[in-house]
Amino acid sequence: MNTLYEPAIHFQQVHFSVNDKTILKSITGSFPKGQITTLVGPSGAGKTTLLKLCNGLLSATQGHIRIDQQPISAFEPTALRRHVGIALQAAPMIAGTVWENLALPRTLQGKKLSQQEATQYLEDVGLAKSFLHQSIDELSGGQRQKVSIARTLINQSSILLLDEITSALDRQSVQEIEKLIVTINEKYNVTMIWITHNLQQALTIGHYTWVMMDGELIEAGRSTLLNAPTNPRVAEFIQGANL
Amino acid sequence: MTYTALSLTLIFVCIPLLLSKTLKLGLEKDTLIATVRSIVQLLAVGYILKFVFNANSYSYIFLMVALMIIVATLNARKKGAGIKGITWKIALTLVAIEIVTQGVLLGFHIVPATAQYIIPISGMLIGNSMVLSILFLNRFIAEITSHKNEMELILSLGGTPKQAIHRQLISAIKASMIPTIESQKTIGLVQLPGMMSGQIIGGADPIQAVQFQLLIIFALLTTATLSSIMIGFLSYPVLFNERMQIFNTTNTRGNKM
Repeated sequence: MNTLYEPAIHFQQVHFSVNDKTILKSITGSFPKGQITTLVGPSGAGKTTLLKLCNGLLSATQGHIRIDQQPISAFEPTALRRHVGIALQAAPMIAGTVWENLALPRTLQGKKLSQQEATQYLEDVGLAKSFLHQSIDELSGGQRQKVSIARTLINQSSILLLDEITSALDRQSVQEIEKLIVTINEKYNVTMIWITHNLQQALTIGHYTWVMMDGELIEAGRSTLLNAPTNPRVAEFIQGANL
Repeated sequence: MTYTALSLTLIFVCIPLLLSKTLKLGLEKDTLIATVRSIVQLLAVGYILKFVFNANSYSYIFLMVALMIIVATLNARKKGAGIKGITWKIALTLVAIEIVTQGVLLGFHIVPATAQYIIPISGMLIGNSMVLSILFLNRFIAEITSHKNEMELILSLGGTPKQAIHRQLISAIKASMIPTIESQKTIGLVQLPGMMSGQIIGGADPIQAVQFQLLIIFALLTTATLSSIMIGFLSYPVLFNERMQIFNTTNTRGNKM
Protein backbone atom coordinates (compact mmCIF):
# COMPACT_ATOMS: atom_id res chain seq x y z
CA MET A 1 0.00 0.00 0.00
CA ASN A 2 1.07 3.55 -0.68
CA THR A 3 3.16 4.70 2.29
CA LEU A 4 2.92 8.41 1.46
CA TYR A 5 -0.09 8.53 3.74
CA GLU A 6 0.05 8.49 7.49
CA PRO A 7 -1.25 5.09 8.61
CA ALA A 8 -4.19 4.92 10.98
CA ILE A 9 -3.56 1.20 11.48
CA HIS A 10 -0.36 -0.63 10.60
CA PHE A 11 0.14 -4.40 10.58
CA GLN A 12 3.59 -5.96 10.74
CA GLN A 13 3.79 -9.71 10.06
CA VAL A 14 0.48 -10.36 11.83
CA HIS A 15 -0.63 -13.95 12.32
CA PHE A 16 -3.80 -15.18 13.96
CA SER A 17 -4.71 -18.76 14.72
CA VAL A 18 -7.28 -20.42 16.94
CA ASN A 19 -7.27 -24.06 18.07
CA ASP A 20 -4.27 -24.75 15.76
CA LYS A 21 -6.21 -23.39 12.77
CA THR A 22 -4.49 -20.51 10.99
CA ILE A 23 -6.88 -17.69 10.10
CA LEU A 24 -4.42 -14.90 9.17
CA LYS A 25 -0.91 -15.32 7.76
CA SER A 26 1.86 -12.70 7.65
CA ILE A 27 -0.33 -9.65 7.19
CA THR A 28 1.79 -6.57 6.58
CA GLY A 29 0.31 -3.28 5.43
CA SER A 30 -1.47 -0.09 6.47
CA PHE A 31 -4.86 1.56 6.38
CA PRO A 32 -4.35 5.24 5.50
CA LYS A 33 -5.64 7.84 7.93
CA GLY A 34 -8.83 9.67 7.02
CA GLN A 35 -9.49 7.40 4.02
CA ILE A 36 -12.04 4.69 3.25
CA THR A 37 -10.32 1.32 2.73
CA THR A 38 -12.43 -1.60 1.60
CA LEU A 39 -11.57 -5.21 2.39
CA VAL A 40 -12.69 -7.61 -0.30
CA GLY A 41 -12.20 -11.29 -0.89
CA PRO A 42 -14.08 -14.57 -0.72
CA SER A 43 -15.80 -15.76 2.46
CA GLY A 44 -13.37 -17.31 4.93
CA ALA A 45 -10.51 -15.02 3.84
CA GLY A 46 -10.09 -13.72 7.41
CA LYS A 47 -11.54 -10.22 6.84
CA THR A 48 -13.77 -10.15 9.94
CA THR A 49 -10.94 -11.54 12.08
CA LEU A 50 -8.68 -8.73 10.81
CA LEU A 51 -11.28 -6.12 11.84
CA LYS A 52 -11.67 -7.69 15.30
CA LEU A 53 -7.88 -7.50 15.77
CA CYS A 54 -8.05 -3.75 15.09
CA ASN A 55 -10.34 -2.96 18.03
CA GLY A 56 -9.05 -5.63 20.36
CA LEU A 57 -11.99 -8.04 20.32
CA LEU A 58 -9.24 -10.51 19.36
CA SER A 59 -5.47 -10.36 19.77
CA ALA A 60 -2.86 -11.34 17.16
CA THR A 61 -1.04 -14.59 17.89
CA GLN A 62 2.15 -13.13 16.36
CA GLY A 63 3.24 -9.82 14.89
CA HIS A 64 2.62 -6.18 15.71
CA ILE A 65 -0.31 -3.84 15.20
CA ARG A 66 0.05 -0.08 15.64
CA ILE A 67 -2.95 2.22 15.98
CA ASP A 68 -2.15 5.89 15.25
CA GLN A 69 1.56 5.07 15.65
CA GLN A 70 1.03 3.48 19.09
CA PRO A 71 1.42 -0.27 19.74
CA ILE A 72 -2.07 -1.71 20.20
CA SER A 73 -1.01 -3.20 23.56
CA ALA A 74 -0.37 0.35 24.86
CA PHE A 75 -4.11 1.02 24.77
CA GLU A 76 -6.31 0.01 27.68
CA PRO A 77 -8.93 -2.37 26.11
CA THR A 78 -11.97 -0.17 26.75
CA ALA A 79 -10.14 2.96 25.52
CA LEU A 80 -9.01 1.12 22.37
CA ARG A 81 -12.58 0.06 21.58
CA ARG A 82 -13.83 3.63 21.91
CA HIS A 83 -11.01 4.90 19.72
CA VAL A 84 -11.58 2.18 17.09
CA GLY A 85 -15.33 1.62 16.78
CA ILE A 86 -16.89 -1.34 15.01
CA ALA A 87 -20.32 -1.84 13.42
CA LEU A 88 -20.80 -5.60 13.51
CA GLN A 89 -22.26 -7.53 10.59
CA ALA A 90 -25.61 -8.52 12.12
CA ALA A 91 -26.06 -5.09 13.80
CA PRO A 92 -26.65 -6.71 17.22
CA MET A 93 -28.86 -4.67 19.55
CA ILE A 94 -29.79 -4.81 23.19
CA ALA A 95 -33.51 -5.40 23.79
CA GLY A 96 -35.40 -2.12 24.09
CA THR A 97 -35.80 1.09 22.14
CA VAL A 98 -33.62 2.93 19.62
CA TRP A 99 -32.95 5.46 22.39
CA GLU A 100 -31.63 2.79 24.78
CA ASN A 101 -29.34 1.46 22.08
CA LEU A 102 -28.03 4.90 21.16
CA ALA A 103 -27.40 5.71 24.81
CA LEU A 104 -25.53 2.41 25.39
CA PRO A 105 -21.98 3.71 24.69
CA ARG A 106 -22.57 6.50 27.22
CA THR A 107 -24.37 4.27 29.74
CA LEU A 108 -21.32 1.98 29.74
CA GLN A 109 -19.25 4.96 30.89
CA GLY A 110 -21.82 5.99 33.48
CA LYS A 111 -22.79 9.04 31.41
CA LYS A 112 -26.06 10.21 29.86
CA LEU A 113 -27.00 10.97 26.26
CA SER A 114 -29.29 13.98 25.87
CA GLN A 115 -32.38 13.75 23.67
CA GLN A 116 -30.96 16.54 21.53
CA GLU A 117 -27.72 14.63 20.93
CA ALA A 118 -29.61 11.41 20.18
CA THR A 119 -31.80 13.23 17.65
CA GLN A 120 -28.73 14.77 16.02
CA TYR A 121 -27.03 11.38 15.62
CA LEU A 122 -30.24 9.88 14.22
CA GLU A 123 -30.47 12.71 11.68
CA ASP A 124 -26.82 12.18 10.77
CA VAL A 125 -27.64 8.64 9.69
CA GLY A 126 -30.84 9.70 7.93
CA LEU A 127 -33.41 8.61 10.52
CA ALA A 128 -36.20 10.87 11.77
CA LYS A 129 -36.60 11.87 15.42
CA SER A 130 -39.76 9.75 15.58
CA PHE A 131 -37.59 6.60 15.59
CA LEU A 132 -36.12 7.48 18.97
CA HIS A 133 -38.73 5.70 21.07
CA GLN A 134 -39.43 2.91 18.60
CA SER A 135 -38.70 -0.66 19.65
CA ILE A 136 -35.64 -2.24 18.05
CA ASP A 137 -37.83 -5.17 16.94
CA GLU A 138 -39.89 -2.86 14.72
CA LEU A 139 -36.93 -1.72 12.60
CA SER A 140 -36.09 -2.93 9.10
CA GLY A 141 -32.62 -4.32 8.32
CA GLY A 142 -31.49 -0.99 6.85
CA GLN A 143 -32.82 1.00 9.82
CA ARG A 144 -31.03 -1.36 12.25
CA GLN A 145 -27.75 -0.84 10.42
CA LYS A 146 -28.24 2.93 10.55
CA VAL A 147 -28.89 2.79 14.31
CA SER A 148 -25.83 0.56 14.68
CA ILE A 149 -23.67 3.12 12.82
CA ALA A 150 -25.15 6.04 14.80
CA ARG A 151 -24.40 4.17 18.04
CA THR A 152 -20.78 3.68 16.98
CA LEU A 153 -20.50 7.42 16.17
CA ILE A 154 -21.50 8.34 19.74
CA ASN A 155 -18.10 7.15 21.00
CA GLN A 156 -16.57 9.67 18.53
CA SER A 157 -14.14 7.02 17.31
CA SER A 158 -11.46 8.27 14.96
CA ILE A 159 -11.38 4.88 13.20
CA LEU A 160 -14.56 3.05 12.22
CA LEU A 161 -14.67 -0.61 11.22
CA LEU A 162 -17.69 -1.75 9.19
CA ASP A 163 -18.32 -5.46 8.79
CA GLU A 164 -20.48 -6.23 5.73
CA ILE A 165 -23.10 -3.77 6.86
CA THR A 166 -24.91 -3.71 3.52
CA SER A 167 -24.89 -7.44 2.73
CA ALA A 168 -28.48 -8.20 3.76
CA LEU A 169 -30.14 -4.95 2.65
CA ASP A 170 -32.40 -3.96 -0.23
CA ARG A 171 -31.03 -1.76 -3.02
CA GLN A 172 -32.40 1.50 -1.64
CA SER A 173 -31.03 0.87 1.86
CA VAL A 174 -27.65 -0.05 0.35
CA GLN A 175 -27.51 3.27 -1.50
CA GLU A 176 -28.47 5.18 1.63
CA ILE A 177 -25.76 3.45 3.70
CA GLU A 178 -23.17 4.04 0.95
CA LYS A 179 -24.02 7.75 0.99
CA LEU A 180 -23.84 7.73 4.79
CA ILE A 181 -20.35 6.19 4.78
CA VAL A 182 -19.06 8.93 2.48
CA THR A 183 -20.75 11.64 4.57
CA ILE A 184 -19.31 10.35 7.86
CA ASN A 185 -15.86 10.06 6.33
CA GLU A 186 -16.01 13.65 5.06
CA LYS A 187 -17.89 15.27 7.94
CA TYR A 188 -16.02 13.68 10.85
CA ASN A 189 -12.77 12.84 8.98
CA VAL A 190 -13.09 9.28 10.27
CA THR A 191 -10.80 6.57 8.90
CA MET A 192 -13.04 3.78 7.67
CA ILE A 193 -12.28 0.12 7.05
CA TRP A 194 -15.18 -1.53 5.33
CA ILE A 195 -15.65 -5.20 4.50
CA THR A 196 -17.83 -5.60 1.44
CA HIS A 197 -18.68 -8.33 -1.03
CA ASN A 198 -19.82 -5.71 -3.52
CA LEU A 199 -16.78 -4.88 -5.65
CA GLN A 200 -18.64 -2.01 -7.31
CA GLN A 201 -18.95 -0.40 -3.86
CA ALA A 202 -15.23 -0.93 -3.25
CA LEU A 203 -14.44 0.74 -6.56
CA THR A 204 -16.79 3.70 -6.32
CA ILE A 205 -16.75 4.50 -2.60
CA GLY A 206 -13.48 3.12 -1.25
CA HIS A 207 -10.29 5.14 -1.72
CA TYR A 208 -8.14 2.08 -1.11
CA THR A 209 -8.69 -1.66 -1.30
CA TRP A 210 -7.19 -4.75 0.27
CA VAL A 211 -7.87 -8.05 -1.47
CA MET A 212 -7.62 -10.96 0.96
CA MET A 213 -7.71 -14.70 0.25
CA ASP A 214 -7.12 -17.69 2.54
CA GLY A 215 -5.92 -15.48 5.38
CA GLU A 216 -3.39 -13.61 3.26
CA LEU A 217 -3.21 -10.08 1.90
CA ILE A 218 -2.89 -10.69 -1.83
CA GLU A 219 -3.04 -7.20 -3.24
CA ALA A 220 -3.44 -3.70 -1.78
CA GLY A 221 -3.56 -0.24 -3.27
CA ARG A 222 -5.89 2.37 -4.66
CA SER A 223 -9.32 0.96 -5.40
CA THR A 224 -8.69 1.27 -9.11
CA LEU A 225 -6.50 -1.83 -8.79
CA LEU A 226 -9.77 -3.75 -9.04
CA ASN A 227 -9.94 -2.59 -12.69
CA ALA A 228 -6.47 -3.88 -13.46
CA PRO A 229 -5.26 -6.42 -10.88
CA THR A 230 -1.66 -7.56 -11.22
CA ASN A 231 -2.17 -10.82 -9.33
CA PRO A 232 -3.79 -13.63 -11.37
CA ARG A 233 -5.74 -14.92 -8.31
CA VAL A 234 -7.20 -11.47 -7.80
CA ALA A 235 -8.04 -11.22 -11.49
CA GLU A 236 -9.84 -14.57 -11.29
CA PHE A 237 -11.74 -13.50 -8.17
CA ILE A 238 -12.83 -10.20 -9.78
CA GLN A 239 -13.89 -11.99 -12.93
CA GLY A 240 -15.96 -14.41 -10.84
CA ALA A 241 -17.59 -11.49 -9.03
CA ASN A 242 -18.64 -9.95 -12.39
CA LEU A 243 -17.35 -6.47 -11.66
CA MET B 1 -42.54 -50.01 61.09
CA THR B 2 -41.52 -53.65 60.89
CA TYR B 3 -39.34 -55.03 58.07
CA THR B 4 -42.31 -57.29 57.09
CA ALA B 5 -44.51 -54.21 56.69
CA LEU B 6 -41.71 -52.44 54.77
CA SER B 7 -41.29 -55.43 52.43
CA LEU B 8 -45.01 -55.25 51.63
CA THR B 9 -44.48 -51.71 50.30
CA LEU B 10 -42.51 -53.34 47.46
CA ILE B 11 -45.97 -53.75 45.90
CA PHE B 12 -45.49 -50.12 44.86
CA VAL B 13 -42.43 -51.23 42.91
CA CYS B 14 -44.21 -54.21 41.33
CA ILE B 15 -47.00 -52.01 39.88
CA PRO B 16 -44.71 -49.91 37.65
CA LEU B 17 -42.70 -53.03 36.73
CA LEU B 18 -45.85 -54.83 35.56
CA LEU B 19 -47.18 -51.79 33.71
CA SER B 20 -43.81 -51.17 32.08
CA LYS B 21 -43.65 -54.78 30.90
CA THR B 22 -47.26 -54.80 29.65
CA LEU B 23 -46.99 -51.49 27.80
CA LYS B 24 -43.40 -52.22 26.65
CA LEU B 25 -42.10 -49.00 28.22
CA GLY B 26 -38.68 -50.58 28.67
CA LEU B 27 -38.25 -49.08 32.14
CA GLU B 28 -37.97 -52.35 34.10
CA LYS B 29 -34.18 -52.34 34.38
CA ASP B 30 -33.99 -48.69 35.47
CA THR B 31 -36.82 -49.19 37.98
CA LEU B 32 -35.05 -52.18 39.52
CA ILE B 33 -31.70 -50.36 39.68
CA ALA B 34 -33.38 -47.32 41.27
CA THR B 35 -35.13 -49.54 43.84
CA VAL B 36 -32.01 -51.47 44.81
CA ARG B 37 -29.92 -48.27 45.00
CA SER B 38 -32.45 -46.48 47.19
CA ILE B 39 -32.67 -49.47 49.57
CA VAL B 40 -28.89 -49.81 49.87
CA GLN B 41 -28.13 -46.06 50.06
CA LEU B 42 -30.86 -45.19 52.53
CA LEU B 43 -30.20 -48.18 54.82
CA ALA B 44 -26.49 -47.36 54.79
CA VAL B 45 -27.24 -43.71 55.63
CA GLY B 46 -29.66 -44.87 58.34
CA TYR B 47 -26.99 -46.99 60.05
CA ILE B 48 -24.34 -44.27 59.63
CA LEU B 49 -26.68 -41.65 61.13
CA LYS B 50 -27.52 -43.97 64.03
CA PHE B 51 -23.81 -44.41 64.71
CA VAL B 52 -23.10 -40.65 64.45
CA PHE B 53 -26.09 -39.71 66.63
CA ASN B 54 -25.03 -42.18 69.31
CA ALA B 55 -21.41 -41.02 69.19
CA ASN B 56 -22.57 -37.36 69.25
CA SER B 57 -19.06 -36.23 68.38
CA TYR B 58 -18.38 -32.99 66.50
CA SER B 59 -15.68 -34.66 64.39
CA TYR B 60 -18.23 -37.14 63.00
CA ILE B 61 -20.70 -34.29 62.33
CA PHE B 62 -17.94 -32.37 60.54
CA LEU B 63 -17.05 -35.46 58.48
CA MET B 64 -20.68 -36.04 57.49
CA VAL B 65 -21.17 -32.41 56.40
CA ALA B 66 -17.83 -32.43 54.53
CA LEU B 67 -18.89 -35.61 52.73
CA MET B 68 -22.21 -33.99 51.74
CA ILE B 69 -20.38 -30.95 50.35
CA ILE B 70 -17.90 -33.11 48.40
CA VAL B 71 -20.63 -35.29 46.84
CA ALA B 72 -22.81 -32.24 46.01
CA THR B 73 -19.81 -30.43 44.46
CA LEU B 74 -18.82 -33.41 42.32
CA ASN B 75 -22.40 -33.75 41.12
CA ALA B 76 -22.97 -30.06 40.31
CA ARG B 77 -19.59 -29.40 38.67
CA LYS B 78 -20.45 -31.59 35.66
CA LYS B 79 -22.80 -28.85 34.42
CA GLY B 80 -20.12 -26.21 34.53
CA ALA B 81 -17.16 -28.31 33.43
CA GLY B 82 -16.21 -25.66 30.84
CA ILE B 83 -15.78 -22.96 33.49
CA LYS B 84 -12.23 -22.90 34.80
CA GLY B 85 -12.03 -23.77 38.50
CA ILE B 86 -15.75 -24.54 38.80
CA THR B 87 -15.12 -27.32 41.37
CA TRP B 88 -13.62 -25.05 44.03
CA LYS B 89 -16.13 -22.29 43.19
CA ILE B 90 -19.05 -24.64 43.95
CA ALA B 91 -17.30 -26.07 47.02
CA LEU B 92 -16.60 -22.57 48.35
CA THR B 93 -20.24 -21.60 47.78
CA LEU B 94 -21.54 -24.67 49.65
CA VAL B 95 -19.12 -24.08 52.53
CA ALA B 96 -20.27 -20.44 52.73
CA ILE B 97 -23.92 -21.54 52.76
CA GLU B 98 -23.23 -24.05 55.53
CA ILE B 99 -21.37 -21.45 57.60
CA VAL B 100 -24.07 -18.78 57.17
CA THR B 101 -27.07 -21.02 57.84
CA GLN B 102 -25.58 -23.04 60.71
CA GLY B 103 -24.06 -19.84 62.06
CA VAL B 104 -27.53 -18.32 62.43
CA LEU B 105 -29.26 -21.51 63.60
CA LEU B 106 -26.65 -22.49 66.18
CA GLY B 107 -25.43 -18.98 67.02
CA PHE B 108 -28.90 -17.84 68.06
CA HIS B 109 -29.64 -21.24 69.67
CA ILE B 110 -32.57 -21.73 67.27
CA VAL B 111 -31.78 -25.46 67.15
CA PRO B 112 -29.63 -27.50 69.55
CA ALA B 113 -26.05 -28.11 68.41
CA THR B 114 -26.49 -31.87 68.06
CA ALA B 115 -25.99 -34.26 65.17
CA GLN B 116 -29.74 -34.94 65.10
CA TYR B 117 -30.37 -31.34 63.98
CA ILE B 118 -27.16 -30.29 62.22
CA ILE B 119 -26.92 -33.22 59.83
CA PRO B 120 -30.50 -33.36 58.44
CA ILE B 121 -30.71 -29.56 58.12
CA SER B 122 -27.30 -29.42 56.40
CA GLY B 123 -28.40 -32.23 54.08
CA MET B 124 -31.54 -30.38 53.04
CA LEU B 125 -29.77 -27.06 52.49
CA ILE B 126 -26.71 -28.46 50.72
CA GLY B 127 -28.91 -30.70 48.54
CA ASN B 128 -31.10 -27.76 47.59
CA SER B 129 -28.07 -25.62 46.88
CA MET B 130 -26.65 -28.36 44.64
CA VAL B 131 -29.85 -28.48 42.57
CA LEU B 132 -29.88 -24.69 42.33
CA SER B 133 -26.24 -24.61 41.27
CA ILE B 134 -27.03 -27.04 38.48
CA LEU B 135 -30.06 -24.98 37.42
CA PHE B 136 -27.96 -21.81 37.51
CA LEU B 137 -25.03 -23.25 35.54
CA ASN B 138 -27.35 -24.73 32.90
CA ARG B 139 -29.08 -21.42 32.40
CA PHE B 140 -25.91 -19.31 32.63
CA ILE B 141 -24.08 -21.30 29.94
CA ALA B 142 -27.18 -21.32 27.71
CA GLU B 143 -27.55 -17.52 28.14
CA ILE B 144 -23.89 -16.91 27.27
CA THR B 145 -24.06 -19.15 24.22
CA SER B 146 -27.26 -17.61 22.85
CA HIS B 147 -26.31 -13.99 23.63
CA LYS B 148 -22.67 -13.98 22.59
CA ASN B 149 -23.39 -11.28 19.97
CA GLU B 150 -24.85 -8.99 22.62
CA MET B 151 -21.85 -9.53 24.88
CA GLU B 152 -19.48 -8.83 22.00
CA LEU B 153 -21.46 -5.67 21.17
CA ILE B 154 -21.02 -4.28 24.68
CA LEU B 155 -17.31 -5.08 24.68
CA SER B 156 -16.95 -3.53 21.21
CA LEU B 157 -18.48 -0.27 22.47
CA GLY B 158 -15.93 -0.06 25.29
CA GLY B 159 -17.84 -1.93 27.99
CA THR B 160 -16.14 -4.06 30.66
CA PRO B 161 -16.61 -7.86 30.99
CA LYS B 162 -18.90 -7.25 33.98
CA GLN B 163 -21.08 -4.92 31.89
CA ALA B 164 -21.00 -7.34 28.95
CA ILE B 165 -22.24 -10.29 30.98
CA HIS B 166 -24.54 -8.38 33.36
CA ARG B 167 -27.84 -9.25 31.64
CA GLN B 168 -26.95 -12.94 31.24
CA LEU B 169 -25.79 -13.19 34.84
CA ILE B 170 -28.91 -11.54 36.27
CA SER B 171 -31.19 -13.56 34.03
CA ALA B 172 -29.56 -16.86 35.12
CA ILE B 173 -29.61 -15.87 38.81
CA LYS B 174 -33.32 -14.99 38.61
CA ALA B 175 -34.19 -18.11 36.64
CA SER B 176 -32.51 -20.39 39.17
CA MET B 177 -34.21 -18.67 42.15
CA ILE B 178 -37.75 -18.54 40.74
CA PRO B 179 -38.60 -22.26 41.39
CA THR B 180 -37.71 -21.86 45.11
CA ILE B 181 -39.80 -18.71 45.50
CA GLU B 182 -42.73 -20.07 43.46
CA SER B 183 -42.84 -23.39 45.31
CA GLN B 184 -42.92 -21.53 48.62
CA LYS B 185 -45.98 -19.55 47.51
CA THR B 186 -48.09 -22.71 47.31
CA ILE B 187 -46.42 -24.65 50.12
CA GLY B 188 -48.95 -26.44 52.29
CA LEU B 189 -51.77 -25.79 49.81
CA VAL B 190 -50.87 -28.37 47.19
CA GLN B 191 -48.61 -30.73 49.04
CA LEU B 192 -47.18 -31.02 52.51
CA PRO B 193 -43.42 -30.70 52.51
CA GLY B 194 -41.50 -33.94 52.99
CA MET B 195 -39.83 -33.04 56.26
CA MET B 196 -43.08 -31.83 57.82
CA SER B 197 -44.96 -34.93 56.65
CA GLY B 198 -42.19 -37.13 58.05
CA GLN B 199 -42.37 -35.46 61.45
CA ILE B 200 -46.18 -35.70 61.57
CA ILE B 201 -46.08 -39.39 60.62
CA GLY B 202 -43.38 -39.88 63.24
CA GLY B 203 -45.83 -38.58 65.87
CA ALA B 204 -44.66 -34.98 66.25
CA ASP B 205 -47.06 -32.15 67.03
CA PRO B 206 -48.18 -30.64 63.66
CA ILE B 207 -47.49 -27.08 64.91
CA GLN B 208 -43.99 -28.10 65.95
CA ALA B 209 -43.54 -29.73 62.51
CA VAL B 210 -44.74 -26.55 60.79
CA GLN B 211 -42.29 -24.45 62.82
CA PHE B 212 -39.37 -26.59 61.68
CA GLN B 213 -40.61 -26.52 58.12
CA LEU B 214 -40.78 -22.72 58.22
CA LEU B 215 -37.21 -22.65 59.52
CA ILE B 216 -36.14 -24.74 56.53
CA ILE B 217 -38.01 -22.73 53.89
CA PHE B 218 -36.61 -19.45 55.23
CA ALA B 219 -33.11 -20.92 55.16
CA LEU B 220 -33.77 -22.21 51.62
CA LEU B 221 -34.35 -18.63 50.47
CA THR B 222 -30.87 -17.75 51.68
CA THR B 223 -29.28 -20.79 50.08
CA ALA B 224 -31.07 -20.10 46.79
CA THR B 225 -29.87 -16.50 46.69
CA LEU B 226 -26.36 -17.18 47.93
CA SER B 227 -25.62 -20.19 45.73
CA SER B 228 -26.56 -18.64 42.38
CA ILE B 229 -25.08 -15.21 43.17
CA MET B 230 -21.83 -16.62 44.55
CA ILE B 231 -21.28 -19.10 41.73
CA GLY B 232 -22.25 -16.44 39.16
CA PHE B 233 -19.91 -13.76 40.45
CA LEU B 234 -17.08 -16.24 40.99
CA SER B 235 -17.52 -17.71 37.50
CA TYR B 236 -17.95 -14.82 35.08
CA PRO B 237 -14.40 -13.37 35.32
CA VAL B 238 -12.85 -16.60 34.01
CA LEU B 239 -14.95 -16.31 30.83
CA PHE B 240 -12.77 -13.34 29.76
CA ASN B 241 -9.02 -12.87 29.41
CA GLU B 242 -6.91 -9.93 30.63
CA ARG B 243 -7.50 -8.08 27.33
CA MET B 244 -11.26 -8.22 28.04
CA GLN B 245 -11.90 -10.71 25.25
CA ILE B 246 -14.44 -13.52 25.44
CA PHE B 247 -12.87 -16.97 25.62
CA ASN B 248 -14.03 -19.17 22.79
CA THR B 249 -17.48 -20.38 23.86
CA THR B 250 -18.23 -23.52 21.95
CA ASN B 251 -21.24 -25.27 23.43
CA THR B 252 -23.33 -25.83 26.50
CA ARG B 253 -22.13 -29.31 27.26
CA GLY B 254 -19.22 -28.33 29.35
CA ASN B 255 -16.49 -28.42 26.74
CA LYS B 256 -13.93 -25.68 26.41
CA MET B 257 -15.41 -22.25 26.96
